[in-house]
Amino acid sequence: MNAPEPMIRLSGVSKTFQKTIHAVKGADLEVAEGEVVVIVGPSGSGKSTVLRCINLLEVPTTGTVVVDGHTLTDAGTDLDHVRAEVGMVFQQFNLFPHLTVVENITLAQRMVRGRSKDEARAMAMRQLERVGIPDKADSFPRQLSGGQQQRVAIARSLAMEPKVMLFDEPTSALDPEMVKEVLDVMLELAGEGMTMVVVTHEMGFAKAAADRLVFIDEGEIVEVGPPEEVFTNPSHERTRAFFDKILY
Amino acid sequence: MSDFRSTRDGRVTDERPWWDTFPWWSLIIVGVLVWMGWQIVIDEDYALAWERIIPGLGLTIRSTVYAFGIALAIALVAGTGQMSRNVVIRNLARTYVEFVRGIPMLPLIFTVALILVPEGTDLLNKRLDAWFGWEFNLSFEMRATVTLAVIYGAYMAEIFRGGIQSIPPGQTEAGRSLGLTRRQTMRSVVLPQAMRAIIPPMGNDFIAILKDTSLLSVLGALEITQRARQFSASTFKFREGYFVSAFIYLCLTLGLSVLLGVLERRMTRDRKGER
Ligand SMILES: Nc1ncnc2c1ncn2[C@@H]1O[C@H](COP(=O)(O)OP(=O)(O)OP(=O)(O)O)[C@@H](O)[C@H]1O
Ligand SMILES: [Mg+2]
Repeated sequence: MNAPEPMIRLSGVSKTFQKTIHAVKGADLEVAEGEVVVIVGPSGSGKSTVLRCINLLEVPTTGTVVVDGHTLTDAGTDLDHVRAEVGMVFQQFNLFPHLTVVENITLAQRMVRGRSKDEARAMAMRQLERVGIPDKADSFPRQLSGGQQQRVAIARSLAMEPKVMLFDEPTSALDPEMVKEVLDVMLELAGEGMTMVVVTHEMGFAKAAADRLVFIDEGEIVEVGPPEEVFTNPSHERTRAFFDKILY
Repeated sequence: MSDFRSTRDGRVTDERPWWDTFPWWSLIIVGVLVWMGWQIVIDEDYALAWERIIPGLGLTIRSTVYAFGIALAIALVAGTGQMSRNVVIRNLARTYVEFVRGIPMLPLIFTVALILVPEGTDLLNKRLDAWFGWEFNLSFEMRATVTLAVIYGAYMAEIFRGGIQSIPPGQTEAGRSLGLTRRQTMRSVVLPQAMRAIIPPMGNDFIAILKDTSLLSVLGALEITQRARQFSASTFKFREGYFVSAFIYLCLTLGLSVLLGVLERRMTRDRKGER
């Protein structure tokens, strides 16, 4: 390969629900390896839908999605195989409540990666140390605070050694005092060169970690650029109106 | 109801005295059972009724266990079938469930046991006879059991479906996003959680099947109720016949309830710190 192929490429991706709700309209986006892209936009603008199209949790109505050279929108692609390379962190954590923390983290490692019990557990402990809660390994999710649960969810994804991490408003369901502990983990991850696409309202995180900021409104990607530039000098009126509302 | 009561000396307390929380009902039921058992021992009419009815116990229990087992298999297929991506399977499953749930038990028993099953086996037998010179025979008792299974299969299919659909979609999404297949996600993530919602109502249906085997008496199956009817009709000892059959059913259902309670408590304890 001569020109470096982007890690993620969305071209002309549209998603229509129930024939009438146009959640995403012709989105084009490329994310390079190691890049951190933050997606912002008003509620209902289609941020989650764009993110979920990247690992085909949502099947696009039209358009192509390429991740790490695999065209996910081709009928022949083994989706499960590619999904294992794309970690996803949800607003509501979505930990498996019937499993302990360590079982949450080892389940997919064993079933998808085929690791032995000991290998998977060792990996789980490494990831739990990385997110700062190795002492919670044998607890159940409900015994943890929201911030701890979200860090377990991140550890669960990282244990698969993904090439890309997707975050859908990972701190929106958290009490304010727990937001930082999760953002710190994400910042560290960004510093280590992980390719990340993050939907968030945390502009501090965007400033600190994002290489590019994407502004979405009514299903369209309105503006893409370095965070400082988009914040301070947006080239579209819609972007300006949005930041006027959320920035002090 | 208020959450507190005043004591005799006028203070307000949220404590309830032991006689308020004691399960008196269980004492009453145990009392009645002991009294009935005692009648059977000392009264020769009751003893005779017992002697004539108790041989039906085997058939009642056998029909219950077989019907439950077959119903469980039908329910798993029909319950998950309703969520299938295949349009034909989905609609067949739904049709079966809606039909059975919309018709009362008694007409269904007549229809299935006296019309559908015989015609079905006849049809099958014509083929089998032509091909293998062999016929397939379903005993009358088994026909009755299959009927119960077909009926309860529909009720239990709804329990499966409800249990699986009670699990938030985020669980499936989390599983799939980790690279688990549809099947792996169902088996390791959704079903284990759904089982907690499924097992208690399944237990209730097991008890309901046990009681509904009494309906099989209309087909002449010699289970407890049919034997009680025959005994009463031939001796005119109606009180003895029906009391004894009620006694046997109560012992069975109460025993099962206690067993189920233990099972459920164990399931909740296994959850440890959850919820
Ligand atoms: N499964 C679905 N069925 C029908 N409509 C949907 C579905 N998912 C999303 N939508 C609609 O698509 C539009 C975009 O939704 P999306 O969740 O992507 O927005 P969002 O930017 O993530 O919003 P929020 O900030 O509230 O999370 C909304 O109008 C939403 O109602
Ligand atoms: Mg969203």
